[in-house]
Amino acid sequence: MKGFLTKRNGILLVLIIALLLPFIVPNEYVLHVMALVCIWSISVYGINIFTGFTGNLSLAHIGFFAIGAYTLGILTVKADWNFWLALLAAGVLSIVLGILVGLISLRTSGHFFTIFTMCVGYIIYLVIDKWDTLTGGVRGLIGIPNPSRIGPITFDSLTSHYYLLLCFLILTIFITKRIVSSLLGRTFIAIRNSEELAQTIGISTKKNRLLSFVISCFFAAFAGALYASFVRFIGPEVGAIFLGFEMLIYLVIGGLGTLTGPVIGTILIVTLTQSLQFLQEYKMLIFGPILLLIVIFYPQGIAGAINKLTNKWKAKRTKDNKVKEQQTTIKEVG
Amino acid sequence: MVLEIGKLTKAFGGLTAVNGVDLNVKEGHIQAVIGPNGAGKSTFFNLISGFYPPTAGIITFDGKDITKMPPNKIAKLGIARTFQTTNLFEDATVLDNVIIGNRLRTKSGLFDAILRTKRERTEEKESIEKAYKALEFVEITDLADEPIGSITQEQKKRVAFALALATDPKLVLLDEPAAGINPGETDGLAALIKKMTDNGLTVCLIEHKMSMIMSLADRIMVLNQGKRIAEGTPEEIQNNPVVIEAYLGSEENEPIKV
Ligand SMILES: Nc1ncnc2c1ncn2[C@@H]1O[C@H](COP(=O)(O)OP(=O)(O)OP(=O)(O)O)[C@@H](O)[C@H]1O
Ligand SMILES: [Mg+2]
Repeated sequence: MKGFLTKRNGILLVLIIALLLPFIVPNEYVLHVMALVCIWSISVYGINIFTGFTGNLSLAHIGFFAIGAYTLGILTVKADWNFWLALLAAGVLSIVLGILVGLISLRTSGHFFTIFTMCVGYIIYLVIDKWDTLTGGVRGLIGIPNPSRIGPITFDSLTSHYYLLLCFLILTIFITKRIVSSLLGRTFIAIRNSEELAQTIGISTKKNRLLSFVISCFFAAFAGALYASFVRFIGPEVGAIFLGFEMLIYLVIGGLGTLTGPVIGTILIVTLTQSLQFLQEYKMLIFGPILLLIVIFYPQGIAGAINKLTNKWKAKRTKDNKVKEQQTTIKEVG
Repeated sequence: MVLEIGKLTKAFGGLTAVNGVDLNVKEGHIQAVIGPNGAGKSTFFNLISGFYPPTAGIITFDGKDITKMPPNKIAKLGIARTFQTTNLFEDATVLDNVIIGNRLRTKSGLFDAILRTKRERTEEKESIEKAYKALEFVEITDLADEPIGSITQEQKKRVAFALALATDPKLVLLDEPAAGINPGETDGLAALIKKMTDNGLTVCLIEHKMSMIMSLADRIMVLNQGKRIAEGTPEEIQNNPVVIEAYLGSEENEPIKV
């Protein structure tokens, strides 16, 4: 009885399903959607590091997603760079720009910070939209190549592309887990908990916020670059603010500041959206109330709710065990 | 002198919350700061710990000028504090709350975290050991795995002490540690504060509970409307007519048993 429903088995099960997915899905379209889920999730993990674990809301995130997408798109299409080199460049550029934006925007805090980053996001969108000669403007960029082959492995089929994205998602989750459970992660959480208290115990909130912001920008750009190569075509709307809000919704529903929340929220909402396609814009009539209910009753989203339930269950079990132990000792004494 | 404060002043717009205050604190002493509500006591602590930049004056700690330092640097030099209202991480356990206190003595960064390097592992182990030592000091080791949300007010105060101690301070600033705590528990906290100085720490203490102050403090400074109106031993303060007039005579405080 004990031990079957463990966390490890749960993770193993999900992993096996994810690996077998190409063989069990009814059609290519579903696999295509699941590949997109991997990409969105990576980006949402980025938001989670900064917003979920460090406690500030940045709306520039989607701008960095677009920066990643366009860096890869431009370098591969216009400059004929190798995919992997372009991916690396997208990462490096996001770090450099992330430091610059972070240094300026983190001088503000709270709502001002959020509004400031929203402006940054919008400026990035405008630059992409208007800088025709570099970005192709509203026409966008066409013909972005698949990832280049690594030795014998190619990524031209949907299945192989899906596996690559799945690998990156797993890597992202692994890195997030390492960060969150490290001293650095504890530092981020301390800042989220109370900036005042964090400073009192000698934590530089400036430095750590900046680091968290840059990590978050990096994941955004990385996801953006993967997106560009996956859909093969990008337009300025990859940097549109509503897409940023959509990712934020994935995170809030899945669970802010949790390890599994980003992927849970993304899978759930993306599948819901897909099955509610026929409602078109009216789908927000369904999401709105769901979002409100979750924010009110489960501020830590679905993952938070699950954690709470399992903790309760565990607490009850240890209590039961204690009672049993007492009973047996009483018997022995008797 | 561990702490030397000269002509310290803080103005908020037209209100001078701290006005030209001088104070020298001797190593190993318990220095109390008392005064009516709004006298500027908490502001005085906020100036020392770097939360507000002073309008004027100078603060020297351990021979170093810390007047313009940010709070995190001041903490690194060895000043810890607790707040008037305890703010701890309610969802986390007692131990998790205290572990982070050692962060300022560690160096592990992003790459140590991702690669889980040897430095990360040793520093993590050190931090946990230090946290346990701090919990042992405040005598709540058995609560280590309890979530903060489920312990009593007095136990939370002890956790706040432990967190301050985990930063390895030389000077601890305690802002009304006994507020909202019943008399029996107050004695326990008083004993703990005494134990801190026995272990070589220096303590600055804001408190309204006079019996506690009078039995605990080596010296007392009285603030009123931002100004220092007296400073001396408990006996001197109790017999000071200016203090009695401004503060001790007022009804809001418990009567002093002499
Ligand atoms: N950040 C601030 N901005 C403006 N005024 C402030 C600020 N902090 C404190 N004050 C004012 O400074 C004065 C001193 O406040 P302070 O909190 O230092 O008093 P206190 O002696 O700690 O009082 P209490 O015993 O109630 O804690 C008060 O009039 C308060 O309103
Ligand atoms: Mg106060």
